[in-house]
Amino acid sequence: MTNSETTHITDYRVYGWVLLALLILTTVTITVTWIDLSALTVLVALIIASVKSFIVLRHFMHLKFESRLFTVFVVMVLSIYILVISLTFFDYLLR
Amino acid sequence: MEMHRDDIGAKLGMWIFIFTEILLFGGLFLVYAVMRHRYADEFHQAAHQLNAFIGTVNTVVLLLSSATVAMSITAVQKGEKRKGVLFILVTLLCAGIFLFNKYFEWGHKFSIGLYPGSDMMIGLKHGYILFFSLYFFMTGLHVLHLIVGSIILTVIMIRIQTGSINEGNYVLLENGGLYWHLVDLIWIFLFPLLYLIT
Repeated sequence: MTNSETTHITDYRVYGWVLLALLILTTVTITVTWIDLSALTVLVALIIASVKSFIVLRHFMHLKFESRLFTVFVVMVLSIYILVISLTFFDYLLR
Repeated sequence: MEMHRDDIGAKLGMWIFIFTEILLFGGLFLVYAVMRHRYADEFHQAAHQLNAFIGTVNTVVLLLSSATVAMSITAVQKGEKRKGVLFILVTLLCAGIFLFNKYFEWGHKFSIGLYPGSDMMIGLKHGYILFFSLYFFMTGLHVLHLIVGSIILTVIMIRIQTGSINEGNYVLLENGGLYWHLVDLIWIFLFPLLYLIT
Protein backbone atom coordinates (compact mmCIF):
# COMPACT_ATOMS: atom_id res chain seq x y z
CA MET A 1 0.00 0.00 0.00
CA THR A 2 1.38 3.36 -0.93
CA ASN A 3 0.37 6.80 0.22
CA SER A 4 -3.23 7.10 -0.86
CA GLU A 5 -3.95 10.58 0.47
CA THR A 6 -3.15 13.65 -1.56
CA THR A 7 0.26 15.01 -0.59
CA HIS A 8 0.66 18.71 -0.10
CA ILE A 9 3.53 20.35 -1.92
CA THR A 10 4.67 23.53 -0.20
CA ASP A 11 5.90 26.28 -2.49
CA TYR A 12 9.55 27.37 -2.16
CA ARG A 13 8.40 30.93 -1.50
CA VAL A 14 6.44 29.84 1.58
CA TYR A 15 9.66 28.46 3.11
CA GLY A 16 11.39 31.71 2.18
CA TRP A 17 8.81 33.70 4.13
CA VAL A 18 9.01 31.27 7.07
CA LEU A 19 12.79 31.68 7.12
CA LEU A 20 12.42 35.46 7.05
CA ALA A 21 9.97 35.33 9.98
CA LEU A 22 12.41 33.16 11.97
CA LEU A 23 15.31 35.52 11.24
CA ILE A 24 13.25 38.54 12.32
CA LEU A 25 12.36 36.75 15.57
CA THR A 26 16.06 35.99 16.11
CA THR A 27 16.83 39.69 15.71
CA VAL A 28 14.10 40.48 18.23
CA THR A 29 15.57 37.99 20.74
CA ILE A 30 18.98 39.63 20.44
CA THR A 31 17.69 43.22 20.61
CA VAL A 32 15.58 42.44 23.64
CA THR A 33 18.69 41.41 25.60
CA TRP A 34 20.05 44.95 25.18
CA ILE A 35 17.10 46.26 27.14
CA ASP A 36 17.26 45.45 30.82
CA LEU A 37 14.07 43.64 31.71
CA SER A 38 15.62 42.09 34.84
CA ALA A 39 13.33 39.26 35.91
CA LEU A 40 11.40 39.24 32.65
CA THR A 41 14.47 38.55 30.47
CA VAL A 42 14.21 34.78 30.71
CA LEU A 43 10.46 34.84 30.21
CA VAL A 44 10.71 37.00 27.08
CA ALA A 45 13.51 34.78 25.69
CA LEU A 46 11.43 31.66 26.31
CA ILE A 47 8.30 33.16 24.74
CA ILE A 48 10.17 34.14 21.56
CA ALA A 49 11.87 30.72 21.42
CA SER A 50 8.46 29.06 21.79
CA VAL A 51 7.01 31.12 18.94
CA LYS A 52 9.99 30.14 16.77
CA SER A 53 9.53 26.47 17.72
CA PHE A 54 5.84 26.68 16.85
CA ILE A 55 6.72 28.01 13.38
CA VAL A 56 9.38 25.31 12.85
CA LEU A 57 7.02 22.53 13.99
CA ARG A 58 4.10 23.78 11.93
CA HIS A 59 5.85 24.65 8.68
CA PHE A 60 9.26 22.97 8.47
CA MET A 61 8.15 19.81 10.24
CA HIS A 62 4.89 19.82 8.25
CA LEU A 63 2.52 19.39 11.18
CA LYS A 64 0.17 21.76 9.34
CA PHE A 65 -0.42 19.21 6.59
CA GLU A 66 0.17 16.00 8.53
CA SER A 67 -2.54 13.83 10.10
CA ARG A 68 -4.06 15.42 13.23
CA LEU A 69 -2.70 12.48 15.22
CA PHE A 70 0.83 13.93 14.98
CA THR A 71 -0.24 17.27 16.44
CA VAL A 72 -2.09 15.50 19.26
CA PHE A 73 1.08 13.54 20.08
CA VAL A 74 3.30 16.61 20.05
CA VAL A 75 0.91 18.55 22.29
CA MET A 76 0.74 15.58 24.67
CA VAL A 77 4.53 15.26 24.95
CA LEU A 78 4.99 18.99 25.49
CA SER A 79 2.24 19.01 28.13
CA ILE A 80 3.95 16.18 30.01
CA TYR A 81 7.24 18.09 29.85
CA ILE A 82 5.67 21.33 31.12
CA LEU A 83 4.03 19.32 33.92
CA VAL A 84 7.39 17.83 34.92
CA ILE A 85 8.99 21.30 34.99
CA SER A 86 6.13 22.72 37.08
CA LEU A 87 6.21 19.83 39.56
CA THR A 88 9.99 20.10 39.91
CA PHE A 89 9.77 23.82 40.66
CA PHE A 90 6.91 23.35 43.11
CA ASP A 91 9.05 20.81 44.90
CA TYR A 92 12.18 22.94 44.69
CA LEU A 93 10.65 26.26 45.74
CA LEU A 94 8.51 24.91 48.55
CA ARG A 95 11.20 22.90 50.26
CA MET B 1 4.68 -6.92 -7.10
CA GLU B 2 4.91 -3.71 -5.17
CA MET B 3 6.43 -3.78 -1.70
CA HIS B 4 4.28 -2.90 1.27
CA ARG B 5 4.96 0.65 2.35
CA ASP B 6 3.53 2.71 5.17
CA ASP B 7 4.74 6.30 5.05
CA ILE B 8 2.50 7.49 7.88
CA GLY B 9 3.81 4.68 10.08
CA ALA B 10 7.41 5.54 9.17
CA LYS B 11 6.89 9.18 10.08
CA LEU B 12 5.08 8.27 13.29
CA GLY B 13 8.08 6.15 14.27
CA MET B 14 10.39 9.10 13.58
CA TRP B 15 8.22 11.39 15.69
CA ILE B 16 8.26 8.95 18.61
CA PHE B 17 12.06 8.93 18.37
CA ILE B 18 12.02 12.76 18.33
CA PHE B 19 9.92 12.72 21.51
CA THR B 20 12.61 10.69 23.28
CA GLU B 21 15.17 13.27 22.10
CA ILE B 22 13.00 16.13 23.39
CA LEU B 23 12.83 14.45 26.79
CA LEU B 24 16.60 13.81 26.76
CA PHE B 25 17.37 17.49 26.17
CA GLY B 26 14.37 18.40 28.32
CA GLY B 27 16.04 16.78 31.31
CA LEU B 28 19.13 18.92 30.72
CA PHE B 29 17.05 22.07 30.36
CA LEU B 30 15.37 21.19 33.64
CA VAL B 31 18.76 20.93 35.38
CA TYR B 32 19.70 24.25 33.78
CA ALA B 33 16.48 25.90 35.01
CA VAL B 34 16.88 24.76 38.62
CA MET B 35 20.59 25.59 38.78
CA ARG B 36 20.07 28.94 37.12
CA HIS B 37 17.46 29.74 39.72
CA ARG B 38 19.84 28.75 42.48
CA TYR B 39 22.97 30.50 41.14
CA ALA B 40 21.32 33.36 39.24
CA ASP B 41 24.18 35.87 39.60
CA GLU B 42 26.97 33.43 38.83
CA PHE B 43 25.12 32.15 35.73
CA HIS B 44 24.77 35.76 34.60
CA GLN B 45 28.46 36.45 35.02
CA ALA B 46 29.58 33.17 33.47
CA ALA B 47 27.43 33.73 30.37
CA HIS B 48 29.52 36.84 29.59
CA GLN B 49 32.36 34.46 28.71
CA LEU B 50 30.41 33.06 25.76
CA ASN B 51 30.79 34.60 22.34
CA ALA B 52 27.30 35.87 21.46
CA PHE B 53 28.44 36.80 17.95
CA ILE B 54 29.43 33.23 17.07
CA GLY B 55 26.19 32.08 18.69
CA THR B 56 24.20 34.45 16.48
CA VAL B 57 25.99 33.41 13.29
CA ASN B 58 25.35 29.76 14.12
CA THR B 59 21.67 30.50 14.77
CA VAL B 60 21.27 32.11 11.35
CA VAL B 61 23.19 29.28 9.69
CA LEU B 62 21.01 26.61 11.32
CA LEU B 63 17.76 28.40 10.43
CA LEU B 64 18.91 28.67 6.81
CA SER B 65 19.86 24.98 6.75
CA SER B 66 16.43 24.03 8.10
CA ALA B 67 14.74 26.01 5.32
CA THR B 68 16.87 24.36 2.63
CA VAL B 69 16.06 20.85 3.92
CA ALA B 70 12.37 21.71 3.77
CA MET B 71 12.86 23.10 0.24
CA SER B 72 14.62 19.92 -0.89
CA ILE B 73 11.45 18.00 0.00
CA THR B 74 9.46 20.34 -2.25
CA ALA B 75 12.03 19.84 -5.02
CA VAL B 76 11.88 16.02 -4.77
CA GLN B 77 8.06 16.09 -4.65
CA LYS B 78 8.09 18.12 -7.87
CA GLY B 79 10.57 15.68 -9.40
CA GLU B 80 13.32 18.31 -9.59
CA LYS B 81 16.17 15.98 -8.67
CA ARG B 82 19.01 18.45 -9.27
CA LYS B 83 17.46 21.10 -7.07
CA GLY B 84 16.78 18.51 -4.38
CA VAL B 85 20.45 17.51 -4.27
CA LEU B 86 21.55 21.15 -4.37
CA PHE B 87 19.37 22.14 -1.41
CA ILE B 88 20.79 19.29 0.70
CA LEU B 89 24.27 20.39 -0.36
CA VAL B 90 23.56 23.91 0.95
CA THR B 91 22.33 22.35 4.20
CA LEU B 92 25.55 20.35 4.55
CA LEU B 93 27.55 23.50 3.82
CA CYS B 94 25.68 25.27 6.65
CA ALA B 95 26.44 22.34 8.95
CA GLY B 96 30.10 22.73 8.00
CA ILE B 97 30.05 26.45 8.87
CA PHE B 98 28.39 25.62 12.20
CA LEU B 99 31.08 23.05 13.03
CA PHE B 100 33.85 25.43 11.92
CA ASN B 101 32.54 28.13 14.27
CA LYS B 102 32.10 25.63 17.09
CA TYR B 103 35.68 24.47 16.62
CA PHE B 104 36.99 28.01 17.12
CA GLU B 105 34.58 28.74 19.94
CA TRP B 106 35.51 25.63 21.91
CA GLY B 107 39.14 25.85 20.83
CA HIS B 108 39.43 29.31 22.35
CA LYS B 109 37.95 28.10 25.65
CA PHE B 110 40.26 25.09 25.72
CA SER B 111 43.28 27.30 24.99
CA ILE B 112 42.58 29.51 28.01
CA GLY B 113 42.18 26.35 30.10
CA LEU B 114 38.42 26.44 30.36
CA TYR B 115 37.14 22.90 29.88
CA PRO B 116 35.50 20.29 32.11
CA GLY B 117 37.96 18.93 34.63
CA SER B 118 40.65 21.58 33.99
CA ASP B 119 42.52 23.09 36.93
CA MET B 120 41.09 26.49 36.07
CA MET B 121 37.52 25.25 36.10
CA ILE B 122 37.88 23.36 39.36
CA GLY B 123 39.07 26.60 40.98
CA LEU B 124 35.97 28.53 39.93
CA LYS B 125 32.91 29.22 42.06
CA HIS B 126 30.23 26.55 42.12
CA GLY B 127 27.75 28.43 39.92
CA TYR B 128 30.43 28.98 37.24
CA ILE B 129 31.38 25.31 37.22
CA LEU B 130 27.74 24.35 36.79
CA PHE B 131 27.19 26.86 33.99
CA PHE B 132 30.24 25.80 31.99
CA SER B 133 29.59 22.09 32.59
CA LEU B 134 26.05 22.52 31.29
CA TYR B 135 27.33 24.65 28.41
CA PHE B 136 29.87 22.05 27.29
CA PHE B 137 27.52 19.12 27.81
CA MET B 138 24.46 20.64 26.12
CA THR B 139 26.22 22.24 23.15
CA GLY B 140 28.39 19.11 22.88
CA LEU B 141 25.39 16.80 22.74
CA HIS B 142 23.77 19.18 20.28
CA VAL B 143 26.78 19.24 17.98
CA LEU B 144 26.90 15.43 18.15
CA HIS B 145 23.33 15.42 16.83
CA LEU B 146 24.37 17.86 14.12
CA ILE B 147 27.17 15.53 13.01
CA VAL B 148 24.84 12.51 12.97
CA GLY B 149 22.27 14.58 11.06
CA SER B 150 24.90 15.55 8.49
CA ILE B 151 25.79 11.89 7.93
CA ILE B 152 22.11 11.01 7.49
CA LEU B 153 21.61 13.88 5.04
CA THR B 154 24.71 12.85 3.06
CA VAL B 155 23.24 9.35 2.61
CA ILE B 156 19.90 10.92 1.63
CA MET B 157 21.61 13.23 -0.89
CA ILE B 158 23.33 10.27 -2.54
CA ARG B 159 20.02 8.41 -2.67
CA ILE B 160 18.27 11.35 -4.31
CA GLN B 161 21.07 11.41 -6.87
CA THR B 162 20.82 7.67 -7.56
CA GLY B 163 17.05 7.96 -7.74
CA SER B 164 16.08 5.61 -4.90
CA ILE B 165 14.50 8.67 -3.28
CA ASN B 166 12.12 10.13 -5.86
CA GLU B 167 8.75 11.86 -6.21
CA GLY B 168 6.97 8.56 -5.54
CA ASN B 169 8.98 7.57 -2.46
CA TYR B 170 10.59 10.25 -0.33
CA VAL B 171 9.67 9.31 3.24
CA LEU B 172 13.37 8.83 4.11
CA LEU B 173 14.04 12.44 3.08
CA GLU B 174 11.07 13.59 5.17
CA ASN B 175 12.34 11.69 8.23
CA GLY B 176 15.90 12.94 7.74
CA GLY B 177 14.43 16.43 7.50
CA LEU B 178 12.51 15.93 10.75
CA TYR B 179 15.74 14.98 12.49
CA TRP B 180 17.47 18.06 11.10
CA HIS B 181 14.66 20.33 12.26
CA LEU B 182 14.97 18.78 15.73
CA VAL B 183 18.63 19.88 15.78
CA ASP B 184 17.42 23.37 14.86
CA LEU B 185 14.66 23.31 17.51
CA ILE B 186 17.11 22.46 20.29
CA TRP B 187 19.41 25.28 19.21
CA ILE B 188 16.48 27.73 19.25
CA PHE B 189 16.35 27.20 23.03
CA LEU B 190 20.07 26.73 23.68
CA PHE B 191 21.07 29.99 22.02
CA PRO B 192 19.10 32.49 24.16
CA LEU B 193 19.45 30.46 27.36
CA LEU B 194 23.23 30.09 27.17
CA TYR B 195 24.50 33.00 25.07
CA LEU B 196 22.06 35.86 25.51
CA ILE B 197 21.14 35.80 29.18
CA THR B 198 23.94 37.99 30.48
